[in-house]
Amino acid sequence: MRRVAIIGAAQTRFEARKASLAYNELVYGVVRELLDRTGVSMREIESMVTASQDAYDGKTISGMAINEVVGAYLKSEAKVAADGLQALLYGVARILSGEFDLTLVVAHCKESEGQPSTITGLMFDPFVQRPLGLDELTAAALQARRYCRKRGLAPEDVALVAVKAHHQGLKNPYAQRAGTFTVEDVLASPILADPIHELEAAPRSDGACAVLLASEWRARRLTDRPVYVVGIGNCTDAYWTERDLAEARALQEAARRAYAMAGIGDPAREIDVVELSARYAYEELMAIEALGLHTSPVELITQDRAPFVNPSGGPLCGNPPTVSGLARVVEAYWQLREEAGERQIPGARVALAHGAGGICGQNQTVVILRRA
Amino acid sequence: MPRRVAIIATGQTKHAARRLDVNIRELITEAVTRALQDADLTMRDIDAVLLGNMEPFEGFLFPELWAVEGWGGYMKPSVKFNTGGTVGTTTAIAAYYYVASGIYDVVMAIGFEKQSEGHTQAAITTVGDPIWERSVMAGAIGNFAVMATTYMHESGVTEEQAAKAAVKARRNACLNPYAHLQMPDITVEDVLKSEMLAYPVKRLDMCPQSDGAVAVIFAEESKARKLAPRPAWIRAVATAHEQQYMGDSPKRLAEMRSLIAASRRAYQAAGITNPRKELDVAEIYEVASFAELAMYENLGFCDRGEGGKLIDAGVTELTGELPVNPSGGVMSTNPIGATALIRVAEAALQIMGKAGRRQVEGARTALATGYGGNAWTDVIILSREKP
Amino acid sequence: MSEESPTLRVDFLLDIEYQYAVGQYGMRFFTELRDRARFMGVRCPECGRVYIPPRPVCGICYRELQEWVEVGPEGTIVGWTVVRIPFIDPMTGEQRPVPYGFAIIRLDGASTSLYHFLDETDERKIHVGQRVRAVFRERREGSLRDVLYFHLLED
Repeated sequence: MRRVAIIGAAQTRFEARKASLAYNELVYGVVRELLDRTGVSMREIESMVTASQDAYDGKTISGMAINEVVGAYLKSEAKVAADGLQALLYGVARILSGEFDLTLVVAHCKESEGQPSTITGLMFDPFVQRPLGLDELTAAALQARRYCRKRGLAPEDVALVAVKAHHQGLKNPYAQRAGTFTVEDVLASPILADPIHELEAAPRSDGACAVLLASEWRARRLTDRPVYVVGIGNCTDAYWTERDLAEARALQEAARRAYAMAGIGDPAREIDVVELSARYAYEELMAIEALGLHTSPVELITQDRAPFVNPSGGPLCGNPPTVSGLARVVEAYWQLREEAGERQIPGARVALAHGAGGICGQNQTVVILRRA
Repeated sequence: MPRRVAIIATGQTKHAARRLDVNIRELITEAVTRALQDADLTMRDIDAVLLGNMEPFEGFLFPELWAVEGWGGYMKPSVKFNTGGTVGTTTAIAAYYYVASGIYDVVMAIGFEKQSEGHTQAAITTVGDPIWERSVMAGAIGNFAVMATTYMHESGVTEEQAAKAAVKARRNACLNPYAHLQMPDITVEDVLKSEMLAYPVKRLDMCPQSDGAVAVIFAEESKARKLAPRPAWIRAVATAHEQQYMGDSPKRLAEMRSLIAASRRAYQAAGITNPRKELDVAEIYEVASFAELAMYENLGFCDRGEGGKLIDAGVTELTGELPVNPSGGVMSTNPIGATALIRVAEAALQIMGKAGRRQVEGARTALATGYGGNAWTDVIILSREKP
Repeated sequence: MSEESPTLRVDFLLDIEYQYAVGQYGMRFFTELRDRARFMGVRCPECGRVYIPPRPVCGICYRELQEWVEVGPEGTIVGWTVVRIPFIDPMTGEQRPVPYGFAIIRLDGASTSLYHFLDETDERKIHVGQRVRAVFRERREGSLRDVLYFHLLED
C-alpha cells in the first residue's frame, strides 16, 4: 500500500494578538516558509486542505480569505470545518487515493478577532443549554470536576501538568506563554471557572501552521529523512451531556484504530513522543490514561521522562483553536527529525499527535508518525 | 491504479421553505434512513460519515455534533466540511477520496441545512470580506445581479432567455417528489413580471431558501457490486478555486475560469471530448437563471455567447439532447449545505435508473457540479461504466 | 401532516463583535486613501497584473507583490445592479436601506475590480462599460467608506 510522508512543517509563533497581519498575510508567511524549507515550488502542488472556523474568522467560507496564498487558484482545495489534524487526515486520504503526489495542509485562527466565549457558546443546544450561557470553558470546568472526583485527584495533581508545560515552553521559541512556576503559583493564578485556574487553561492565541505531505515515491526524491504517517484514527462520541465526561471513550477508540494500523501493541513502551491537544491541564491526564500510556497519569507526570508528553509545552503555551491539532504534528515532525532544539527528546523514532473538537472533545483524532 | 468507487444509494428529505415539523437532528435522520433503506444497509455497515453544512445559516457551531444520533455517528469516524455553496460536492469528493484511499470501504456523505432557522442573505453577505466587500454586497442576489449584467453585455443573452431556464426548472421540479418549488403552470411571462430583486434578477429568476437534507453512500468496488444492481461509478472529480476577491475574475459569469478549468480536467480524466454529445444528463449548480445559461457555455455545451440559443433550441429540456437539471435544480430546491450533494444524488439516481418520472432514458454518463463563494467549482462525472 | 399542530420555536439573537485586522497591505492602501485620496494597487513582477484589493501574492503566478502603483480615480463599470430587496445587514443587524446601486468597478490601471456604491438607482441610466469617478469624503478615516460612491460620468 502507498505510504504518505510529511516532508516539511512550519508554524508561526503563537501570540495573543497578531494585530498587524490580515489572514492572508498570516498564512502566506507560514506557507512561504514551508515552501522555502522544502525547496518545493507552489507550481508542483495541486492539492490543498485547510482548516479554519467561520465563526472565529467572522467570515462565511473562511477559507476564501487564504485561497490565493495557499496556492489554490484553479487548484483543488477543500476546507475541513474541524480541528487541523482532521485536515491532515483528509490530506493523507487524497494522496493514498493515488490522485495527488503532494498535498499542502494549512490551519489558521485569530482568536483575538472575535469573542471566543460567545462563539463557543454556539456549540450548545439552543433549546435547553444556550439560555444558561454555557461556553467551552464552563463545560470544561464541569468535565474537570467530574473527572477529578471520579479518579480521586487533587488540585495539586492537575497543577503538575501546568508546571511541566510552562517549563517546557521556555525551550520552545514558538511558545506564547512560558515560565518556571510551582504548583502553588498555578493554584494561585486566577480562577477562570472553578476548578480551572488561568495557568491550567490555554491562553487566547493567534497563529497558523502548515505541513507538506508527499507520497512515499515523491518524498524519497525530496528528502532523505521523511516522516511517515503510519496510523490514523478518528472517532465521534455522544454529545457532551449524553455521556460520562470522565471517560474518554472516543479517544480510546481513535487510539485503538491508529495503533492497530501502526502495529503498535504497547503504546507505553513504543511511543517516544506524544503531542496532545490538551487545552486544559486536566485533559492531558485524561488523554494519558485513554491512550494507554499509563494507568496513573499523575505518576507519569511526576517522572523524569514526563516531558515526552507535550515537549513543546502543548496548548497551555499557545493555542489558536483549529490550529492546535496540526501544530501537534509540526512539533512531532521536528522531534522525529531531531530538529526540536533544546526540547528534543533524544532518540525519538515514533510520535503520536492528537487533535480534538466539539464540546469536551466529542470528536477525537490520533495520528502515529514514524521516522524513516 | 486507484480503487474504484461508486455511489450505491441515496436518500433525500422532502425539501420545503420551512420544515417546522423537524429539528436539525430529525431532518438529517429522514435523509439518512432513506439512504440506508435504499442500500438495504444499517449504520453498522457504514465505516465513516462526512457531513456538509453551512453553520452561519443556523447560527449553530457544529450542529452535527449536537445531532450525532440523528446520523448514526456514535463511535464512528466523522468530519465536517463547510466550503459554502460547494460544500455538498466538497463532501462528495472527500467521500470519494476517503474510499479510494482504502482508509474506509463504505462512507456516507450527508448534506443538510435548516435554512429557515437563520437569515440567509445576511449570512451570505458575510461571505464578503469585511474590509473590502461586505458593506456593499447584497447577498447572493446582489452578486448574481452584478454578474448577470456583465454576462448579458458579453453574450447578448436576454432576460427572456434566462426566464426559460427558470421555467424549465420549476416545471421539471413537478416530476421530483422531493423538490421544494413545484410550479406546473409557470410561464416566461410570470418570471418577467415577478418582483425585481436587483436588476436583472427577479424573484422567479432566483433560487429559493429551503430546509432539507440528503445522504449519499459511497462504496469501494467489491462492496458496490454486491450492494447495488447498478452502481454509479465515479469517473472523475475535479475542484478549482478562484482568486480571493469577488472582483478578481475579469468577466465573472461570461468566463468562469474555475468552471472551465475543473470541467476540462474532469472531461479529460473521463475521456470525454464532446460533452454535449457524450453526457446524457447534467445536474448543475445554477443559483439563478442567468447563471444556468452561462454555465452551458463554460461547460462547453455550446460556444461562448451561445447559452441563450441553446435554451431557445430546447437542447437542455427534459426531452432534449442534453437534459439539464431534470430534478428542478437549485432554482427549485436550495438547502445550501445540501444543494451540491443533491446534484450528485440526482446524477447518481439517473445512472442507477432510480430517477422515477424525471428519469432520462438510458442515461449512462452524468455530470454534477457545485458552485459557491466567488465561483469556486467542483465537477463530478458519474457513469454506468467502471473506470 | 393531516393536522396543523402548533409548533414551538426558540428565538436566538446572534451578536458577535469582531475586530478585523486590516493587515500590512490594507494599511498601506487605506493610509493612502485617507491621507491622499488616492487608490494604490500592487503589481505582479511576472504577469504585470495590478491587484486591488492589494494582497501578498499574485494567485496566478504565486509571486510576492511588492510594487505599488496608483490606479483610478476613474474607472469603468464591469457589472452593476440596483438592489431593491430588503435584507438584514450583518454589519449592523438592521435592514440595509434600499434601493441602492452598486457595481463592480475596474479602476484605470487595475487588472481586478472593486465592489462599490453608485450614486444612481435608475436602472435605465446605468450600463456596462460606463465611466465612473470616485467621490471621496471630506473627512476620511482609512476605510472604503472614505469613498462615498462612484459617480456616473456622461458618455
